Amino acid sequence: MGRWIVSLDFHSIYEFFAAGPVFGWDIPGWLAFGLTSFVLALLVINALMISTALYTWFERRTLGRFQVRLGPNRWGPFGILQPIADAIKLITKEDTIPDEADRPAFTIAPVLLMVPMLLVVAVIPLGKDSFLGRLNIGVLFIVGVTSVSTIAIFVGGWASGNRYAMLGSMRGVAMLISYEVPMALAIAGVLLLVGPSLPAGSEGFADVSSLALSKIVESQVLPFLLVTPLAFLVFAAAATAEMSRTPFDQIEAESELGSGYHTEYSGAKFAVFQLAEFMAPIVTAVIITTLFLGGTRGFDPVPGQAWFALKVFAVVFLLLWVRATWPRLRIDQIMGFAWKGLFALSIFNLFLVAVEIEVFRGVGGELSVDTLWIMAAINWPVTLVSIGVLSLLARGRHSRRPEPTPSPLADMYAEAD
Amino acid sequence: MYGLGLLKGLTVTMWNMVSPGRQFTLHQYPDRRVGLFGLAKHANTNVFAYLFRRPGMAVKSLVGLATLEDRMPQHPRFRGEEFAWYEERCTGCASCAKYCPLGIIKIVTHPSGEAMQEGEKYAIDVFDIDIGRCMFCGLCVEACPYDAIHMGSGFEEGRYERRELVIDVDRLRRAPKRPSAWFRPQLEAKGYRPLDGEEISWRDVGRHATPDAAELEERWARR
Amino acid sequence: MAIKTEPITINLGPQHPSTHGVFRLRVTFDGEEILDVEPVFGYLHRGTEKLAESRSYVQVVTLTDRLDYVASMSNNLAYVRAVEKLAGIEVPERAMYLRVIAAELQRIASHMMATGFLLNDMGAFATPLMYCFRERERILDMFEMLCGARITLSYMRPGGVFQDAPDDFWAALDTFLADEPGYIGELESLITGNEVVLARTRGVGVLSDEQAVADSVTGPMLRAAGVKWDIRKADPYEVYDRLDFDVPIGASGDTFDRYLVRIQEMRESLRIIRQCVERIPEGPVRPDLPYNLRPPEGDAYAAVEGPKGELGFYLVSDRSIAPYRCKIRAPSFINLTPLKKMVVGWKMSDLIVIFGSIDVVLGEVDR
Repeated sequence: MGRWIVSLDFHSIYEFFAAGPVFGWDIPGWLAFGLTSFVLALLVINALMISTALYTWFERRTLGRFQVRLGPNRWGPFGILQPIADAIKLITKEDTIPDEADRPAFTIAPVLLMVPMLLVVAVIPLGKDSFLGRLNIGVLFIVGVTSVSTIAIFVGGWASGNRYAMLGSMRGVAMLISYEVPMALAIAGVLLLVGPSLPAGSEGFADVSSLALSKIVESQVLPFLLVTPLAFLVFAAAATAEMSRTPFDQIEAESELGSGYHTEYSGAKFAVFQLAEFMAPIVTAVIITTLFLGGTRGFDPVPGQAWFALKVFAVVFLLLWVRATWPRLRIDQIMGFAWKGLFALSIFNLFLVAVEIEVFRGVGGELSVDTLWIMAAINWPVTLVSIGVLSLLARGRHSRRPEPTPSPLADMYAEAD
Repeated sequence: MYGLGLLKGLTVTMWNMVSPGRQFTLHQYPDRRVGLFGLAKHANTNVFAYLFRRPGMAVKSLVGLATLEDRMPQHPRFRGEEFAWYEERCTGCASCAKYCPLGIIKIVTHPSGEAMQEGEKYAIDVFDIDIGRCMFCGLCVEACPYDAIHMGSGFEEGRYERRELVIDVDRLRRAPKRPSAWFRPQLEAKGYRPLDGEEISWRDVGRHATPDAAELEERWARR
Repeated sequence: MAIKTEPITINLGPQHPSTHGVFRLRVTFDGEEILDVEPVFGYLHRGTEKLAESRSYVQVVTLTDRLDYVASMSNNLAYVRAVEKLAGIEVPERAMYLRVIAAELQRIASHMMATGFLLNDMGAFATPLMYCFRERERILDMFEMLCGARITLSYMRPGGVFQDAPDDFWAALDTFLADEPGYIGELESLITGNEVVLARTRGVGVLSDEQAVADSVTGPMLRAAGVKWDIRKADPYEVYDRLDFDVPIGASGDTFDRYLVRIQEMRESLRIIRQCVERIPEGPVRPDLPYNLRPPEGDAYAAVEGPKGELGFYLVSDRSIAPYRCKIRAPSFINLTPLKKMVVGWKMSDLIVIFGSIDVVLGEVDR
């Protein structure tokens, strides 16, 4: 034979099928295309499903440790088979649809929420390229595809015919749309950096398609977390809101709305919702790793995929830590935080990065590693100061707690006696 | 302010997560998953000796599959099920039934002709305690003039049907005589622990010394 | 063009994660904003007051356990004090100290639970709740040493306590007193400075002192409104007049003050227990009383400062072995009076937090 699939992306698999007989079979072009798509879909879905299953176990165990309890530890070694038990339980449960529900919409909502998550992972460069090959609009694709989940949440909440679900999905729509703005602006700050900081003479330097995720990874000689911490903070906050975890989990708000938009769901549909929800942190961590932590870049003896997994794990743990600690904000405070806080910060960050690039870039329009370090040295203090200024502005009227003064009403009892 | 409170909160949760003294306030029951150190501690050896002696269990514990039988930690005073009933002391006076706030004790007797120190002893036909409704307040124990009934330490009486929750006289007779130290200071003074499984006779359990005639008369007059 | 809108009505409860039991709030919302609140209760009504009329005086103690089931000791104390007042029973010194220790431990346990659930209502993913429950668990273990039960204690009896504390109780109490200030401090550093908590609680659900007094609110809620009113100081019972402690008050009567007053009260309770452990004398804990009390004809009202507020029992005797009438002044129920004034105009999330900060227990509200 002599032909092997060199890497797990669309082009190499397609070439493997189409270039000649496979096991003595000649494959026509359309079938090769179909087979390639099938193999890719199988890869992406299973990779994400398995990592999500592992992640649910990890999340529950870690939350347990945070909350000085144990977490699931009965099924298998350290309870690692717990996700399987959960899945069996959820699938064998009765799948109820309320009478008031809009049946087709009710059924399609979980799938709608799930698919964007899978699509995002398809374009993340895990090695040299992503599953879909070198997609030159990767970031745009991610921003576009993730916003579909807003529709899914609204469809699910509205179709349930339940007022809790309705309230949850209304909150969800308002919140998710608002947080997409600072998120996109934070990404724009990163994209400004991509072109100039590509190593000179590299493949993409001439025709800068800075939207390609592999370009973004390639250009992170210095991780962008160090260069633009403000963009990272804004993006992390907005992404936390996008996946509706504390302190922004007003969509579900289990202490207020039962469980928000999926209050009425049970059985397999609920399992899909749950799966999508647990997928969200992984996907977010994957995006953050790619955009800010340098993706597969690392030190040499360890392969890039291992670095990637390590970084994703660190980000996931950070998100989990935050979830275990903070309470949630009110819906109007969340909206205010998006528009008055994150929006302002991301615009400021965009200006800052743009000005810095204009000042520091060399003759050919490139930024050297040293300039990136200088930018980092400027941006960190600026970030801290801007956050401080913003919180000073947000202090409002309840800033200082007055000294408690006993009310004169306490003496009434003595007088009455 | 400035988000410092948020960071402070994060350090608190992290400290609680990593600090060994803060871990695992929950008690696993009826079996406990243990690691290698827990197993060695249970076997009263150090880790290396344990590795040498029970390599199979050691490997099992390393993949998190080793379990130890464990009971809930309970104080000897715990008021629970498994009533210890001393039939030789019970006269069938039904004081317990009378003082039960819920009226869940049902007693049917017939005269036995056997005389006790404080009146006639009746033979017990029915002695039903409906623990499905029992709230384990222990007032029956407090009310029994002959110290015939005592609280036990059990709490694992889950049943599929309510009628199986009624303890009848045969079950009371068969039940192990391991009274709770509740309301029995002399048991506590002796360091008796009902969970150790040692049965004790009524002689050690009774609240009073055998009263003399004058005391008896005075007590009856007060009732 | 104006969009036609209409308010929606939502039933919060009786099955709801944040109603602390089976409580129902019929809430009318304009979007997220609350227009009207109508509490509906009675789902947990067990007729305690009527049942007490057919129980002997000792048997009623078991009923009081089930009123405020997170603070049984305080209920026991209030009830037995009413009986003692009615029958004129002298309580031995040691029993009084034991009762104060038990009641103050119970106050810490109850405040821990209130704080934990307040944070849970605020959306902290059960972490502060578990930290609070860890401390509460230690107290419940001590209660098990005292009386063999953890929740439904039935520890106190008219005339004293049921039984003296065992030796291991004092050892456990000593370690508890040594550790607990640190744990409370840790809880405070997790919650008090947290900006999200401040944003959610500062200025939310303000209850003014006039309003609080007009609605006969008692307990931490009243003290958070700035009224320095504590029955332990104003009408000392047991041995409180010999103990040295402060009554913490809040500055503005908002949700944050109610939380802060509870934290400070826990510290004061620890102070009280420490003094009691130093001063407790030897002696009997229960006078030799007949099993069935027959108090003289008359009535008596005794109130204690429970964790939720003034908990009072009014008993009428007709010389029979059971009370002729038993009226319970349940603080949780009366503290619910200003709920509507506190929540109207706030958002739905605030409703949950304000309701959580009132700290009601439905066993007591519905009785």
